[in-house]
Amino acid sequence: MKKKEIYLDNAATTPVDSAVLKKMQPYFNKKYGNSSSIHKAGDSARKGLDEARQQISTFLNCLSEEIYFTGGATESNNWLIYGVVDKFWENGGKNKPHIIISSIEHKAIIEPAKYLEEKNLVEVTILPVNKQGIVELDEVKKAIKKNTILVSVMYANSEIGSIQPIKQIGELIKKTNQEIVFHTDAVQAINYLNCNVKYLNVDALSISGHKIYGPKGVGALYLKKGIPIAPLIRGGGQEHGLRSGTENIPGIVGLGEAINLVSKNNKDNNRIKTLRNKLITGIMKDIPDVQLNGTLEYRLPNNINFSFLGIEGEGILIELSEQGIYVSTGSACASHSLKPSHVLSAIGLSDEESHSSVRFTLGRQTSNNDIDYVLNILIKAVNRLRKISGR
Amino acid sequence: MYSKEVIKHFKNPKNMGFMKDPDGVGEIGNPQCGDILKLYIKVKNNKIKDIKFETLGCAVAIAVSSVITEMAKNKTIEQALELTEENIAEKLGGLPQFKMHCSNLAAQALKKAIKNYRKRDLSR
Repeated sequence: MKKKEIYLDNAATTPVDSAVLKKMQPYFNKKYGNSSSIHKAGDSARKGLDEARQQISTFLNCLSEEIYFTGGATESNNWLIYGVVDKFWENGGKNKPHIIISSIEHKAIIEPAKYLEEKNLVEVTILPVNKQGIVELDEVKKAIKKNTILVSVMYANSEIGSIQPIKQIGELIKKTNQEIVFHTDAVQAINYLNCNVKYLNVDALSISGHKIYGPKGVGALYLKKGIPIAPLIRGGGQEHGLRSGTENIPGIVGLGEAINLVSKNNKDNNRIKTLRNKLITGIMKDIPDVQLNGTLEYRLPNNINFSFLGIEGEGILIELSEQGIYVSTGSACASHSLKPSHVLSAIGLSDEESHSSVRFTLGRQTSNNDIDYVLNILIKAVNRLRKISGR
Repeated sequence: MYSKEVIKHFKNPKNMGFMKDPDGVGEIGNPQCGDILKLYIKVKNNKIKDIKFETLGCAVAIAVSSVITEMAKNKTIEQALELTEENIAEKLGGLPQFKMHCSNLAAQALKKAIKNYRKRDLSR
């Protein structure tokens, strides 16, 4: 008998939905044309490209020409940061511009910002978050300066699921200075939250395929018409000259269909939340000395993050993995850098608390039986590891 | 991710737990990742007669703790002091590079336990 496998790491990646896969398949070997070609083979590929762009713009409530396909959200984030700053200097900017990001951003925002700061091309302000992992409006207000050109705050955090007040931050920014570009990394939010860009007051938004039951290696950037940006990748001039390279048509078609399915599947969010709450309650009831990291109130419905004090998250992860349960940890032991998660540090966790953290992220495939099974195995794992640690 | 030996020792660690009245104790914390490894030894006729461990750490930290107790048991003090992080990693069928510091941790804890034993022995 095949060993039971329960995948609770849906914030890391998700399986491709079978309907998405089916829709992608013809674009590998039947509709394989290059969408830049003007013959009929090119036409059929271009049709797939156009439809995907339409599906995404419908979902975000924007124009289809405001969607740019990329090689993933890391590229979308890198491009946005480099592209806006590059364009600022290109347009004859005199004084060093200022950008604002939050302390819990994905590394794909933090690293480009730090790189530009090291190169002396920008000033960077990193916004703190409160204990719940939320950026406070007052902090944004305080951080905006005369030379601020860009603010980037993620919509929902991947580690603790905290949901940021994007709409309110957008309002505040637009009230202060219409010229500031406001970007949100919405990778973790697409499945669960309202991503209408007009509602959110955002000028730019990053999307990833593989976090929404679509393929890996494809993403998109929504960029409001008229926002000045330089390309990151130059070449054949695809994507209105802003992102060169022959389009990954099967991937793009998959991304479009995946987004289309998100709107159809949103009834499932309540079911996921109920299961999530059942696991949280079970852990709190049956396992002593645990703490829930982040807030319950403003949290993605599929996210759980606990510290199991006196033991180590990587140990729990490996033990669960041996039993076919796949989770994640913010422990330094699981990272090659041997540093604890910057998100858990940002919400004030000690190194020891980060060390003992485990993240469970549910998905469409998670069942009620899965939760019972996981809780049962988890209790045993924690007890065993606490015995080993003598704590 | 890890070798079969690592998983074997992690799942069924040998010589795990607290020891009453040990002759030497060595505890070492890893400043890099926060793991804490504690070894207890009992010594008779210059030989390690019994050895136990308590470890708060990742799967590899637990596996190296278990394997070093097996490697050190019934060795003379001098032989035990010669155990290196490479010996331990080899015994476990190799470790990923970023986990080598865990095996160093075990070697250091054993040295510390022996040092502690020698100090106590002198004061007797």
